[in-house]
Amino acid sequence: MPKAPNTALIQISGKTSGALIELNNVTKQYPNQPVAAVENFSMTVQPGELIMFVGPSGCGKTTTMKMINRIIEPTSGSISIDGRDVLSLNPSELRRHIGYVIQQIGLFPHMTIAENIAVVPKLLGWTKEKTSDRVQELLTTVGLEPGDFAHRYPKQLSGGQQQRVGVARALAADPPVMLMDEPFGATDPITREKLQAEFLRLQASLGKTIIFVTHDFDEAVRLGDRIAVLSNRSQIEQFDTPANILTNPANEYVSSFIGRGTAIKRLVLVPVTAAKLGPASAATRTTSFVQTTDSLRDALDALVLTGASALAVRDEENRIVGSINMEAISAVLGVEVPLLARTTEN
Amino acid sequence: MTKPLTDPARSSATSATPTVLPVATRRSEIWSIKRFVTPAVVLVVLVVLYLWLASLSLDSIESRTLNADYIIARVREHLGLSVVASALVAALAIPTGVLLSRTPSRAIKAVVLGAANVGQATPAVGVIILLAIIWQTGYLTALVALVIYSFLPVLRNTMIGLQQVDESVRESAFGMGMTRNQVLLRIELPLAVPVILAGLRTSLVFCVGVATIATFINAGGLGDMIVNGLKLQRYPVLVTGAVLVACIALLIDWIAATAEDVLRPRGT
Repeated sequence: MPKAPNTALIQISGKTSGALIELNNVTKQYPNQPVAAVENFSMTVQPGELIMFVGPSGCGKTTTMKMINRIIEPTSGSISIDGRDVLSLNPSELRRHIGYVIQQIGLFPHMTIAENIAVVPKLLGWTKEKTSDRVQELLTTVGLEPGDFAHRYPKQLSGGQQQRVGVARALAADPPVMLMDEPFGATDPITREKLQAEFLRLQASLGKTIIFVTHDFDEAVRLGDRIAVLSNRSQIEQFDTPANILTNPANEYVSSFIGRGTAIKRLVLVPVTAAKLGPASAATRTTSFVQTTDSLRDALDALVLTGASALAVRDEENRIVGSINMEAISAVLGVEVPLLARTTEN
Repeated sequence: MTKPLTDPARSSATSATPTVLPVATRRSEIWSIKRFVTPAVVLVVLVVLYLWLASLSLDSIESRTLNADYIIARVREHLGLSVVASALVAALAIPTGVLLSRTPSRAIKAVVLGAANVGQATPAVGVIILLAIIWQTGYLTALVALVIYSFLPVLRNTMIGLQQVDESVRESAFGMGMTRNQVLLRIELPLAVPVILAGLRTSLVFCVGVATIATFINAGGLGDMIVNGLKLQRYPVLVTGAVLVACIALLIDWIAATAEDVLRPRGT
């Protein structure tokens, strides 16, 4: 079957949202190194899942991710995307169908923003019109006005804007799989939160299969469908949903990695509407409020900040639908995680 | 305290003004007044030289060399030698630099760089005369000697230029599915252009200076005027030759500097 690699590529490229990724006993052993960088890593990622790899620096999380698009070649084991063996494909062809975003962004400084985004479409031989339509569309998607930004050079953009272009560039050919290596790591906290929120919205509509590497556990909780907590040699200590990891850390390592304040971290995952809202009249201050789309952590934050006993909750049309207080927030944690309630008492 | 609480993402989205860095007005930057200092100085020097020569009464030996036909012929030889040598250096040293930067073998790199180093470190007079002894005299020998002599700056700058391309830029190029050659041609070489051009500029100026010794092996150039002026003790001839070489070197350097700025990839 000499044609196999080609058909495989078409199969991958034909998909735009979500592909199944399977890693089987993947090992990376560098020559002249006593221990493997990644050892016997196995994982199945469902189509459309956003998987976070979390672990300390040097644990092999980035190496593991980079083996999927063969920036790093595995020493042994197998990797497949939608059942197609990645290691038998031409690496350049393969990479054109996998979005890739790195922390340093790596925009091409001598190309305009439009040219940067058009790189993969060009490599795939798209027509000029299709490419330029796509560039416009993507710039709009990531919140950069095409008329304003298309002809600028990367140097003329702020860090956050550059990172958006990085994401747009990776999405250019609508790949089913995205690999992201600490994409928001180099941005300031405010920009990062903003980019994370935009990224979540984007993913909700695109449904890509995403491997997202970070060392920031809070980021993992905020973004991930499932989190893989990794230790040395990329060993999986726990692979579960954020809520489950926060509630039931598998071992000492995971607990220490999560750190203290799990209750507060849990609150990030819970929308305000999950709490039992009190009557609107309970909110004494009219100037402070939370939105129904905010998380309980936002609500707690606002309560602490204002010192009010209850806050008004507004829906998307800014109508006040009720109020929230400390008891209601505690109740959510108490109902869902009795264990956590005990921890908070300490 | 009374600040309305909203999603931080949304609130900062509305307040964030895009950072607009000044879009370089390249044309005015490149063609500033500073740009024209060198040609102006050269022009003044040449006018002064002409006025001085015009004030002298030349003897028959002097007037045989100090006339337009003779000078233009020598300048043409000199420029021809320097420019052709530099073109050859560009054609040979840039590909060599590219190949060298792609060989993993340190030994090969060391040998080639070492050889280029020897070429430059050996006194040019030595190279040119040795070559004439073992080969022949004339234009071709002078050309080869110049190429050997000015090979290193372009070779080394090509390697450095490729090396200094940001690792993350290279990685994202590969990560997006460019082949090795595509990365080289579309990313690395364009970004290395300023550094390579700087090497070429050095090598051009070298060539203009060193081409004066071509006269020793009968390859012409302004060296003829300098050597004749010395030998025959005709200082106007000597001075004219020397000043012309200096002016040519300055002008060539100026042209190369301008080219560097014009050809620098936009956005960098």
